[in-house]
Amino acid sequence: MADNAVALNALALEREWTTPDRGTVGIIMLIITETALFSMFVAAYVIYTGKSLTGPYPKDVLEVPIIATICLLSSSFTVYMAEHSLVHNNVARFKVWLFITILLGAEFLTATGLEWRKLIYEDHLTIATNLFGTTFYSLVGLHASHVTVGLFFLLLTLFLTLRGFPIETQTRRIIFLSWYWHFVDAVWVVVFTVVYLIGR
Amino acid sequence: MATVDYPLERPREKVREFSFSETLYKWVATVDHKRLGLMYIVSALLFLVIAGIMATVIRLQLAVPNNHLVSPETFNRLFTMHGTTMVFLVGMPFVAGFANYLVPLMIGARDMAFPRLNAFGFWIFLFGGFLLYYSYLGGGGLSGAGSAPDVGWFAYAPLTESAFSHGSASDYWALGILVSGFGSIASAINVIATAFSLRCPGMTLSRMPMFVWVMVVDSWIILLALPPLSAAQIMLELDRQLGAHFFDTQAGGSAVFWQHLFWIFGHPEVYILIFPAFAILSEVIPIFSRKPLFGRPAMVGAVVAIGFISMGVWAHHMFAVGMTSWGNTFFAASSMLVGIPTGIKIFNWTATMYGGKLRFDTPLLFCCAFLFQFLTAGLTGIMLAVAPFDWQLHDSYFVVAHFHFTLVLGLVFGLFAGIYYWYPKAIGRMYNEKLGKWHFWLFTIGVNVTFIPQHFLGFLGMPRRIYTYSPGRGWELFNLISTLGLLFQIPAILIFVWNMVHSAIKGQPAGDDPWDAWTLEWSTTSPPPEYNYEKLPVVRSSRPLWDLKHPQDPDWKFE
Repeated sequence: MADNAVALNALALEREWTTPDRGTVGIIMLIITETALFSMFVAAYVIYTGKSLTGPYPKDVLEVPIIATICLLSSSFTVYMAEHSLVHNNVARFKVWLFITILLGAEFLTATGLEWRKLIYEDHLTIATNLFGTTFYSLVGLHASHVTVGLFFLLLTLFLTLRGFPIETQTRRIIFLSWYWHFVDAVWVVVFTVVYLIGR
Repeated sequence: MATVDYPLERPREKVREFSFSETLYKWVATVDHKRLGLMYIVSALLFLVIAGIMATVIRLQLAVPNNHLVSPETFNRLFTMHGTTMVFLVGMPFVAGFANYLVPLMIGARDMAFPRLNAFGFWIFLFGGFLLYYSYLGGGGLSGAGSAPDVGWFAYAPLTESAFSHGSASDYWALGILVSGFGSIASAINVIATAFSLRCPGMTLSRMPMFVWVMVVDSWIILLALPPLSAAQIMLELDRQLGAHFFDTQAGGSAVFWQHLFWIFGHPEVYILIFPAFAILSEVIPIFSRKPLFGRPAMVGAVVAIGFISMGVWAHHMFAVGMTSWGNTFFAASSMLVGIPTGIKIFNWTATMYGGKLRFDTPLLFCCAFLFQFLTAGLTGIMLAVAPFDWQLHDSYFVVAHFHFTLVLGLVFGLFAGIYYWYPKAIGRMYNEKLGKWHFWLFTIGVNVTFIPQHFLGFLGMPRRIYTYSPGRGWELFNLISTLGLLFQIPAILIFVWNMVHSAIKGQPAGDDPWDAWTLEWSTTSPPPEYNYEKLPVVRSSRPLWDLKHPQDPDWKFE
């Protein structure tokens, strides 16, 4: 008795039928839920600003990471250019822009690593030292882990493309990756403002 | 237009006996939303039985004063594991299970938007559950034997800090719930993407079944409310494992911060849990009243409004902490605001039944009881939203009675209604109606006998989470009655389990559409084939099957 389903299929449709792309909806939802996660760590940082009982304090040890920030923010532009090249079917230019994006992202991570190295070895600030260390390492670390994930996928894309994988078939996914990367950048704007401008 | 140029008879699946290992492989490796949905629901039912046994021990311990059935330490673990299991391993998988099974069928899709993500969500949830229960073996950490977490289901800091909670039990709590939360988020993303992107031709948002609407709003709440809990648990683990100071008051950290984080998750969570019941009632009541849902747009509006308001009420769990009077006022007012959209929903369900041709089968019986009981729960909720009233009854048995009224006499009744209603669709056979009615009456009597007296215990000052009490405080009678409710509840659950298992083997074949229903899932076979619909259906109103059955009087003429 499945004729009901059959009869339903035969109905006429009043107008053309389109629905949003599932991947688009999915990545937007992922970004929303990640935003909720980051807001809590940002809130923790803001609430505990100036509540550390012992040093070192932000104003003594933090240096504004200007170059790293420029690198990360401009990588948003380069990843857009990569995406743009791919949409216009220019795989050669896509590879170049992708490579530049990876370099910029890697420079950012390296800068974060060096900053942490200095903080840990020279300023003796660890996650267990005081509230500043606790909130600083967890917020910046959460962001850096997202950069790492993004970098991994960018590298994977580059690796596959160089191995001859027809990346132009995956334009949709590259666009999603680029959105994720923009999101990570946007989070850095907030983290930078809270940690290095307000919190210092 | 109705020219049919393909055979009406559906090709049946080949009947071949599968060996046990083949069957197991099919279930473990599946990405089919129906199998995953059933696995979610079955694991939720198993955890329900486990947590129910814990509740039984708790009630037996409290039946008489100065009882020594279990030690205080065991009692702490019992109520912690009971609460944690019920919320995260029973309620959440029921949400995901019902959404998984029904959303694609109801919107005329072949599967969820991301089938593999769906399978990942289920298995990571189950892994989280096992991780939590592994604490019974490994919770002592290196220092020795196991012990379950004993910090309460909301695990207030600083009790959970390593200074006060030795061993690894609290770590198992945090990590187990953290990973099962990832599963919930995965399934929420999936539900939203499915409902937005995979609707069959003609299924506009305004024609989407009410069930799907509610589950979409539910998934939105999950997306926004689960991450705060994940954040809190990550911070707790940083504290415990790396010596961070988020909740370490001696280093300037704040224990109240944990409470905020937890309840920013925790209060939306209770709406996350109750929404499946709302969704089920909105489908079951119209079918068994033979009337379309009353005030459908208002119902959608109400559910969206509850979703919004739920984000701004969390601190009514914290009146006793000592917030500013502005804080108290704000959260008392916003909490009372929830009463308006919820009132709209109760009113509309009742109005749907009013003047209808009621058919009192088991699903409708559970819905009717839900209406009465959930109304009671809502009223005690509004009482507790009044800050001074809450100061008096905070952490008393009144609170215990209130949330058991919402979750047991509300949510669980809705879930039972849904299970009975869709059982013939999922299994292909009818359940035994007589046993269903026995289950209903025994369970209704049992839970009311158990939970009504707890309101009075709260008024009489009995605090929650005490493992025993001395005689002469006037608590003996109500505690004894509360425990006696088990005499009805336990047989009810046994009858339910027997009914489900026995009917799956011996029940009458159900046919495609045993309830003469109106939504798409009843147009395919019972159980539906793996691909759900050979050809995607086309709909022109919110009740496609009604249109089909009443060509002279279709809904789309009026919508």
